Parts: sequence; structure tokens; C-alpha cells
Amino acid sequence: MIDAKSYSAIVKEATPRTQEARTLFTAFCVGGLICMIGQAFSDVYTAFVPLDEKSISALTGMTMIFIGSLLTGIGVYDKIGYYAGAGSIVPITGFANSIVSPAMEFHNEGIVFGLMARMFGIAGPIIVSGVCASVAVGFIYFVIGAVGL
Amino acid sequence: MVLEILSRYGRVFLCGGIVCLIGQILINKTKMTSARILVTFLLTGVVLEAVGLFDPIEKFALAGITIPIIGFGKSLAAGAIEGAEIGLFEACTYGLRAVAGGLTAAIVFGFVFAVLFKSKSKSA
Repeated sequence: MIDAKSYSAIVKEATPRTQEARTLFTAFCVGGLICMIGQAFSDVYTAFVPLDEKSISALTGMTMIFIGSLLTGIGVYDKIGYYAGAGSIVPITGFANSIVSPAMEFHNEGIVFGLMARMFGIAGPIIVSGVCASVAVGFIYFVIGAVGL
Repeated sequence: MVLEILSRYGRVFLCGGIVCLIGQILINKTKMTSARILVTFLLTGVVLEAVGLFDPIEKFALAGITIPIIGFGKSLAAGAIEGAEIGLFEACTYGLRAVAGGLTAAIVFGFVFAVLFKSKSKSA
């Protein structure tokens, strides 16, 4: 019998360090590549779509979300994620993946209480924290503006 | 012209890569789950925009900083700041208004693709 402490020390020693270095490299490359694809869409939209800057940036995000959802649906995104790690999580396509993936998984439990209800298992905390932070920022800026600083 | 495009996309690749690299370091060192990573980066974006640091970074990094979820947080904060100039109601609601497109896309595409494709590995 070995205690938990020495066991985790053995595990740590046995875990290959190269694995960690490789994940850093793939995360960097895949993340950079996804951002380049986003930039390409943004440049094309800027040239051909008659919308203002903010709408172009929203449209670009929506396009990336579409691609992320589609690739998750056909099972490609999880394969990329296996190698890319954070490179596939941090871009907005990863946000789409975090919605589609659990939705597909719980599809078997029904459309309403499976798919629709479980869709936000991961995205829920993101939306809640984001909206609350945004209201806090808006409130602070409003107060600063009201007292005339 | 070609050089300009190369430098533009090079910067996007570099900055987007670095952001994801930081995320991967966080995963390797702290064993954070993807939900925690996403929340952390989103709030980073909110803070960066609130203190006015996002725009100078974006000038250099372009999509390298807006495509990561940091950009989503930035839009939320930017909307709220814009609304705060009008009134308290707008300060509270313009954040969501600014990301309405992205959220709608995520919900609708998420629903449609999850209906079309069932998870194969988990199906009973």
C-alpha cells in the first residue's frame, strides 16, 4: 500500500513532460489559425458587405459560431480539440462547441428536457458571469458620469 | 501590398496563438475545466475594455484578440459603457444588445445542429 501523496508523486514522475510541451505548441498554432480565419472573414465582409464596423465584427463572430457549431455537429471539432486543447476552447468557436456538444449528448433525453435544457451546462456560467459583469461596468460608468468625474 | 497582408495576418496568428497558449498553460498548471477557462477569459475581456486597454491591443492584434472569447467580453462591456452615456436603463441593457447577434447565432445554430446530429458515442 502506498499513501496518496507518494502515489501522486509517482504519477507526476511518470507523466511525460513532452506531452505538455506539445499541447502548448498545438494550442498556439490552432488558436492562431482560427483567429486568422476570423480575420479573413472580417476582411471579406468589410470589403463586400455594406454594414458599419460594429455589425461587421458581430457578423464575423456569428460566422465563426456557425463554423464551430457545424464542425461540432459533424464530429470534427472534438477531434481538433483532442490535439489543440485551449487552442480550440478559447476562440469563439469553442463557445459554440460548448453549447452544441452537451446539446447533442442529451438529445437522447428528449428535445425539451434533454437538448434545450442541457444546452447551457457549460455556456450558462459564461453568459451569467458576462451579463452580470457587463451590468456592473455599465452601472459604474453611469455613476461616474452622473457625479461628473 | 503583399507584405502588408503578411504582417497583418502574421500579427493575428501570433496574438491569437499567444492568447490560446496562455489558456493551455492555465489548463496544464491548474487543471481548470473548459467552462472555467472560458469564464476567466470572458471576464478578462470585460475588464480590459472597462479600463480602456482593449482598443490599443486590438489595433495591433486585430482578430487575434477579438476572435478569442475575450472579444465577447469586450463587446458586453463596450455596449454597457455606450449605454451608460444615455441613462441607467441603457447602461444595464446595452451590454446584451451588443452581443445579441453572437448569442442568437450560438443558440439557433446550437439548437439546429444538435437536432440534426445526435452524439454517436453516447447514444444508448
